[in-house]
Order: sequence, then structure tokens, then C-alpha cells
Amino acid sequence: MLLNEPHPLEVRVLTRRYVYPQSEPIGLDQYVEQEGYDGLRKALAMQPEAIIDEVKRSSLRGRGGAGFPTGMKWSFVDRKSPKPKYIVVNADEGEPGTCKDRVIMENEPHRLIEGCLIAGRAIGSNRGWIYIRGEYRQYIDCMDRAIKDAYARGYLGENVLGSGWSFHLSTHSGAGSYECGEETALLESLEGKRGNPRLKPPFPAVSGAFQCPTVVNNVETYAAVPDIILKGGEWYAALGTPRNGGTRLVCLSGHLNRPGVYEVPLGMNLLTLVNEIGGGVWKGRKLKAIIPGGSSSPVLRAEECDIPADYDSFAKAGTMLGSGATVVLDETADMVKVLSRLMKFYAHESCGWCIPCREGTAWLRTIMARLDAGVGTRNDIDMVDQLAQGMLGRTFCPLGDAAAMPATAIVRKFRDEFEAKIASSQVFMPAPHTQPLVVL
Amino acid sequence: MTFSPELEAKFEKMIANYPPGRQKGALIPMLLFAQDEIGSVTPELVQEVAARLKVKPVEVEEVLGYYTMLTREPRGRHHIQICTNISCMLTGGEELFAHASRKLGIGHRQKTADGQFSLEEVECLGACSWAPALLVNYDFHFNITPGKLDRLIDSLRKMQ
Ligand SMILES: Cc1cc2nc3c(=O)[nH]c(=O)nc-3n(C[C@H](O)[C@H](O)[C@H](O)COP(=O)(O)O)c2cc1C
Ligand code: SF4
Ligand code: FES
Repeated sequence: MLLNEPHPLEVRVLTRRYVYPQSEPIGLDQYVEQEGYDGLRKALAMQPEAIIDEVKRSSLRGRGGAGFPTGMKWSFVDRKSPKPKYIVVNADEGEPGTCKDRVIMENEPHRLIEGCLIAGRAIGSNRGWIYIRGEYRQYIDCMDRAIKDAYARGYLGENVLGSGWSFHLSTHSGAGSYECGEETALLESLEGKRGNPRLKPPFPAVSGAFQCPTVVNNVETYAAVPDIILKGGEWYAALGTPRNGGTRLVCLSGHLNRPGVYEVPLGMNLLTLVNEIGGGVWKGRKLKAIIPGGSSSPVLRAEECDIPADYDSFAKAGTMLGSGATVVLDETADMVKVLSRLMKFYAHESCGWCIPCREGTAWLRTIMARLDAGVGTRNDIDMVDQLAQGMLGRTFCPLGDAAAMPATAIVRKFRDEFEAKIASSQVFMPAPHTQPLVVL
Repeated sequence: MTFSPELEAKFEKMIANYPPGRQKGALIPMLLFAQDEIGSVTPELVQEVAARLKVKPVEVEEVLGYYTMLTREPRGRHHIQICTNISCMLTGGEELFAHASRKLGIGHRQKTADGQFSLEEVECLGACSWAPALLVNYDFHFNITPGKLDRLIDSLRKMQ
């Protein structure tokens, strides 16, 4: 099982039942023995509005990327609507650098189920789906087994724990698409279509899955809910910083001595995260930069990293907390190559629906590929920045911004490396107009 | 067209998970699970799934080009997918892909002549903290080195 040895600076709430090393998922019996489903029991005795208020008090913000306040999102659903209301779990986990949702599903599937039940109760829903990326077949199986157990013991199905309320839950497999992590593209995919996003508004809370009011949250967001209900929103909020409640899972990767997934309070200093919990930069090298919230977040140079890791502090530093990914780059990292690889990714994943993103990502990939190959020009460096600027805010869904933000940040913060690569290149360079046009 | 009894049972349950009249929701998982059993998305499979979900065959064709895991071409028995995205790239993913390519004598999205192996360079597999990572069919392998990759390929080759 994917579990790291606990670190003394971790604050374990979501992961508190995990033992290290763990060879099997925490089963229903063990879960129930250790307060499992107690949050659900408590929620069943509460008014739905009171559940939402408790989540609002917790200052829980979505752990999938955008950091939207969860309680507020739930309150947008019209409980009196005659239509069915739905719960959707985003377990697409496609943002490069992110690998935490799998840890939750593998180690403690019932926590996710309990979170869905409480959310379902809060918005008056009787059905939910867990949309899991297709590559995660083993976690689809793992969730299916846990769901089966929960049905057998009356936590799911008709008349949940004798409350008279019913709730059904199933898994739904994706089939390979980063864009399907975007919530409206995910809903299209759930309906059996290509993952092209929908125009917002209406937001999913008004018209989501099958045109019915729907709450879409990340796995970790739902997984945080049982403890919030059990121990209170204020308790949870106090673990983090103001407006940034609780703990979160952070995925440390890249040039580190101790990469892994750890649970830390919101607001822990980014350098503490990397140097203490992650064991510092590997091979005794120096830190060059951190990609602090998944590949879509603007990069931070080493000297910009001494900041608290919460949504608001990261926004102030011009980046995003995103999905909890923290990719560490040492002094040897080639930033031109890094950006080139990322642009290849976005060009591959662009759904092609809107022109600024479809063309923009393809051109960014092409120009970055020639810069990386040492056949680019100074003009190309400016072109990358201009293209990215031209895309920002002009694409149909946030994938276009997700490609443009890291492009601008890396080009502006590491321009010297781009110029050095051009200067040191021994490759014969044809005149710019004879270079190949876009290769699609 | 019929599937194994297990898959038939799975499909029956799956279709019931979507609201009445909206059984098309099962389309993408159904295609993927069926492909796993029969090897690829064949024209017969398109017809069959369309009939079962009461949609037009073109609605099935439409999604095939979009989802990278769906394929009309059968893959090798062991489909090796190596991630070269950021965290894996930083820890040797690209070298690993080149190594696998040399060892197997095939490139991206190619298959060995004996049909044993196919190779694909893929985007982030959600295993970044255990990079570089790869998938063989649905089995994850973490913290891979060229030596580990050699041993893995050799043991897959011996598997019957
Ligand atoms: C291109 C793109 C990919 C995304 N991928 C994911 C993903 O894999 N997992 C996820 O939870 N959210 C992803 N999101 C964010 C979702 O759109 C949505 O904000 C999130 O599921 C809401 O849940 P939360 O409020 O709990 O974070 C993605 C967004 C975009 C634009
Ligand atoms: S920005 Fe446009 S082309 Fe890019 S993924 Fe979104 S809708 Fe598709
Ligand atoms: S970058 Fe390779 S698994 Fe995420």
C-alpha cells in the first residue's frame, strides 16, 4: 500500500486511522470500531441546513484545485427543487504532481463513502457517483468492495441506518483524459459523451449531472467531512489558518530525499514542508524552484518559497495551492525542458473545443520543443510569453489558463536559462520562416 | 455478441446505476471493460454496446477518438505505459522510456511482432511521489530504475 512513514510534523486527522506499514484497506469493522460512520449518525439527526452550517464554519475549501469554500457550494443547491439531486466525486486525479486521492481510496475507502453520505443528506440527494480515472482500476475495485460492504450493513441503500432516507452510490470509470477532471467535462463524460466542458453558468449546483442539481467535489474534500461533523466545524477550522480550515494532504515529489504524501495543517511554511517533511533537496544540492500546486500553478523561485502554504498566502505570492502537489526542482533542473514537457502535456490534453486553447497549446508545444532542442530564437522566448498572455482568460474552460500560467511564470522568472540555451547551441539554425509550422 | 458471465453481470448492474432513460451514462466504462475482455473496440462491439444502451452507433464512435485508453487496435499482452510527465521526468522517466524502447525494439504506441508487448509514453499516472512510475495493464510499478525495468520485462516474458 502507498503509505509513507509518518513524520512528527504531520497533523493526522484524515489519515489518523492509518497504521504504518499497512497491508490492507481499513475494513468496515475496523472503521466502525474507531468512530467510523459516527459522523453520518450525527448528521442523520441534524437538520440539513445545520450540516451545511457546520461545514461552512470549518472553512473547508475544495481540495481539487480551485479551493472554493465547500459549505457555500453545497448551499447553492436548491433542496426544494422537484428534480433529483446528485453527489459526484471527482477522483480523476490527473493534475501532474498529484497523487493523494488514491491514498484515501486505497487505505480508507469508507471515509469517502461516509463523506458522500453526509453531503447527500445535506443537499437532499439519494444518489452519487465516484468518477475514478480509468488507470486506477485497482482503486475502482477497492471502492466497489467497500461500497458492497456498506450496502450489506445498511450504510448505503434504501433506509440508511433506519432513517427512512435512501442513498445509492457507485463507481464510474473514466478512460484516459485529463480534461475530464474539469467538473463540467466530467459530467459530460458521466453521461456517456466526449469530455468537452459546458458553459458556466449554470453551475453544476443548478444544472449538473443529467441536468439536475449536483455537487461535485474532490475525493479529499468529501473525506474531510466526517470529522468536521463529528468534532465540529470550529475545531477543524482551528487546525489551519483563518479562512483556510483544517489539514490537507500534500504530495511531495521531484528532487527530494523523502518524497511522499503527508498530512499537514494549512499554513505550514512551504520550506518546512520541503526541508523537514520531505527531507530536503536530494544529493546535497540546492533548491532552484518549486511548482507548488500541480503543473498548472505558476512556479516559485527558491527565494520566493518562504511562505505559509495556504490558499490565501499562495494567491498573494502569485500562485495557487491547487491540488496539493508540490514538485521540487534542484539547481540542475533545466527549466526550458520542464516547460517544454508541460506544454506537450497541455497540447495533448486540450479537448479542442475552443480555438485559443486548441491552437495556443499546440503552438506553445511547438515553440517550446524547438527552444528545448536548441534551435529556437530570442523571438521565440517572447512569443511563448505573448501566446500565453493571449490565452489567459480567453479560453472556454480553465485548461487554457492552466497551460498559460506556468508558461508565463517560467519564461519570465527563468528567462536567463532560455537565453543561455540559445547562446550555447551549436546547432545550425535555419532562418525562422523556414522552420516547420505547427505539427499537430 | 456475448461476454463472460462475470462481465454480463457487471454490465447489468452498471446500467442500472444511471437514471431511467439515461443508461447512456454507462457507455465509457462499458467500452473500457469490454475492451479489456476482447482486446480492442471492434466494429461488432460498437454495434453491441449501442444496441444495449439504446443509442446510435455514431454516439459510440464519437467517444473513441477522445479517450486515450480506448483503442481499435489490439495492444500487446503486456501493455507497458511509462509516465514522462514532470515528476517522472525529473527522476528519470524519459531515460526509462528510451531504455524500454531499445530493449523491446518498439516505439511509442507500437507492438512487438510476437504480440507480447506494447509500449506507450503516457501523461501523469497519479504516482508522482513514487516516481518514476509505470503501468503494465492495470498494475502499477513505482520508483523504477533501468535495472528494475529489465527484471520486470524479463519476468513478464516468462509469464504464460
Ligand atoms: C483541466 C482541469 C482538470 C481538473 N482536474 C481535476 C481532478 O483531476 N480532480 C479534481 O478533484 N479536480 C479537478 N479539477 C477541478 C474541478 O473542476 C473542480 O473544481 C473540483 O472537482 C471541485 O471540487 P472541490 O471544490 O472539492 O475542489 C480540474 C479542473 C480543470 C480545469
Ligand atoms: S480551454 Fe477550450 S479547448 Fe482547452 S480544454 Fe477547455 S474547452 Fe477544451
Ligand atoms: S508525473 Fe509521473 S506519475 Fe505523475
